[in-house]
Amino acid sequence: MTYALVAGVLFGLYFSLVGIGLNLVFGVMRIVNLAHGDILMLGAFIALGVVGIAGIDPLFAVPLAFMVFVLAGVLLYWVLVPRLQGSANPEMLSIILFFGLSQVIEAVTTIFAGTSERSIQSRLLGTVFSTIKVKLFGGKPGGAGPIQIFGQGFPAPWVIAAITSLIAIGLVYLYLYHTRLGTLTRAVMSRRDEALATGIDVDRVSAAAFGIGLGIAAVAGVFAPFMFGSVTPAFGADATVTSFAIVVLGSLGNPLGTALGGVVYGLCYMLVQTYLSSWADLLPYVLLIVILLLRPSGLLGRRVRVA
Amino acid sequence: MHNASKHLLFILAPLVVVFALLPGVYQNHLLLFNFVIFLILAQGVNIIYGFTGYLPFGYVGFFGAGAYGFAIMVMHLQTPAPLAVLVGGAVAVVLGLLLTPLLRLSGAYFAIANLAASLAVLHFVANPALEGITKGPYGVSLTGTFNPTHAYYAAVVVMALTVGAVVYLKNSPFGLALQAVREDAVSASMAGVNIIKMRVIAWLASALVAGLAGGIYAWYVSVFYPDNVFSGEFSIFAIVFALFGGVATITGPIVGVLILYGIYNLIGFTTPQYFQLIYGLLIMGLVLFLPAGLVSLATRRGWHVP
Repeated sequence: MTYALVAGVLFGLYFSLVGIGLNLVFGVMRIVNLAHGDILMLGAFIALGVVGIAGIDPLFAVPLAFMVFVLAGVLLYWVLVPRLQGSANPEMLSIILFFGLSQVIEAVTTIFAGTSERSIQSRLLGTVFSTIKVKLFGGKPGGAGPIQIFGQGFPAPWVIAAITSLIAIGLVYLYLYHTRLGTLTRAVMSRRDEALATGIDVDRVSAAAFGIGLGIAAVAGVFAPFMFGSVTPAFGADATVTSFAIVVLGSLGNPLGTALGGVVYGLCYMLVQTYLSSWADLLPYVLLIVILLLRPSGLLGRRVRVA
Repeated sequence: MHNASKHLLFILAPLVVVFALLPGVYQNHLLLFNFVIFLILAQGVNIIYGFTGYLPFGYVGFFGAGAYGFAIMVMHLQTPAPLAVLVGGAVAVVLGLLLTPLLRLSGAYFAIANLAASLAVLHFVANPALEGITKGPYGVSLTGTFNPTHAYYAAVVVMALTVGAVVYLKNSPFGLALQAVREDAVSASMAGVNIIKMRVIAWLASALVAGLAGGIYAWYVSVFYPDNVFSGEFSIFAIVFALFGGVATITGPIVGVLILYGIYNLIGFTTPQYFQLIYGLLIMGLVLFLPAGLVSLATRRGWHVP
C-alpha cells in the first residue's frame, strides 16, 4: 500500500511534466497538439542519442532537448499556426493538422531510426540504465541503488524524474506568474480577442508558449525510456491520450492544476494496477470521460472554458 | 425535377449500379468491399461532422461495437447473418445513446472524449476477464456465416441507405435546421429549433450506419481481433476522406474516398513509412491550403456542388 502510494506520487509528478506542455499549448492557442506524444518520443530519442554517441549521463539531454525543441516549436508555430487561425474552425482543424504532423514525425523517425536500428536501441537501453546507475553512485553519495522512501525501495530513475518534474513545474509557475511574458501569456489565455485589442503581440506570446510547451514535452521524453521501459516511434499516440487525460483532470491554463492532475492520475494508475490489474488499461479513458462530463473545467478549474 | 430526386438519380443511382456491377469485371473483391465500407464511414462522419460540427475522433468505436455485436449474436445465439448485422447496428445505437452526454461537450473536448470513449470500448472488449463473452484479445472466428458475396451486397445496400440519408439531410428542413444549429446554436434555438433532439438524432444516425458497416465487416472478414475492428485508422481515414472531399455535401465524401483511397492502394503497401510520410504531409497540406475540401475549388468559382 505505501509502495503503491509513493510510486503513484513519483509517477504522478512525472505525468504532470508530460501533461504540462500540452496544457500550455492548448490553453494559450486553443490548439489541440495531437503531436505532443511524438515530441515526447523525439525527446526520448535525443536521450538515446546523447547516451549512444557521447556516452554521458542522459540528464545532459535535458537542456539539449529543451533548447532544440523551443527553437523547433517557435519555427513550427510560424509555419503552421497563423494560417490555421485564419480558417473557419481552427480548433477542429488543428486536431487534424497535428494528427498529420504526428504521422510525419512518426514516419520520419521510422525512416531514420528504422527497424534495423531499433534492435540496437534495445541493447542501448541496457547501457542507459547502467550509465545512470553509475552516475548515481558518483552523483549522490549514499543514494546507491534503489532510493529508500518510507522504508520502501524505488528505482533511482523514478525519483530523479520526479525531482526534475517538480523543478520544471516550479519554473513554469515562475514564468507564468513572475515574468512579463508570462503575464502576457495568461492574458492571451483568458481572452485572446481582448489581449489583441489591448495591443499585446499575440503571435509572439503564442509562439513563445508553443516553443516552451514543446520544449517541456521533449524534456519529459528524455525520461520516457526509464519510466516506460522502452520507446518506439509508435509510442507517441498513447502518450498523447494519457497527456490529455492528465491535462483535463487538472485544469486548463493552470500549471498547478496539471501537477495535481498528474498526481491524481499517477495514484489511480498505481492503485488500479495493484488491485485490479486487468482493468488498468481502461483507467485513463474512463477517468478522462468522467472528469469531462462532471467537471469540464478540471479539478482546480476557474471556469476558463469558453470553447 | 425536384432537387432530392435529381440527387438520387444522378449521384446515388450511378454509385450503387457501379458498385453492384464491378465485382463481375474486377477481381480484387476485398478492395471493392473496403471502398464501400469507407464510403459508408465517410458519409457517416459527414452526417455528424458535416451537419452538426461535432468531430467524432473515436468514430471507430461504433464500427467495432457493430462488429462485436454481430460476432456475439453469431457465436452465442447462432443468428443468421443479416439479422446479426441489424443487431450490430442496434448495439452501435445503444453505445451512441450511452455516449449522448458527450454532446454536452463542445469543440475539441468532444473530439478528445469521443476518442477516449472508443479506446475505452476497445479495452473493455479486449479485456481477458470477458473472454467468455467476447473472446477477449484472442479474436473471434465466425467461419459458419462466412459469405463474402452476400456481405458485399449487404454493404452496397447500407451504402445506398447512408447516401440516401445524406441526400435527405441536404434537401430537407431537418438538414437545414441541423446546419443552423452548427453555425449558431443560440440563434437556431431562438428560431424554434429543438437543438438537443436534432443533435441526438444526427448522432444516433451516424452511429447506426457505422454499426451496420461494422457488422457487415465482421461478416465479410469473419476472423478478426479487437485491434483490427477498433483500429484508429478507420476513424482517421473516414474523417480525412470526408474532409478532403468537403463535408456537408453529398459528393464531397464520395470524391474524397475514391481519390484518396485510390492513391492509398496505388502506393500504400510496399513501404508503409514512406506512405505514412506522404499521407501526413497530404493531411497537413489539406488543412492549411484547402480547409473546406476539394469541393471548395468549385464553390469558390460560384458553381453549385450538391
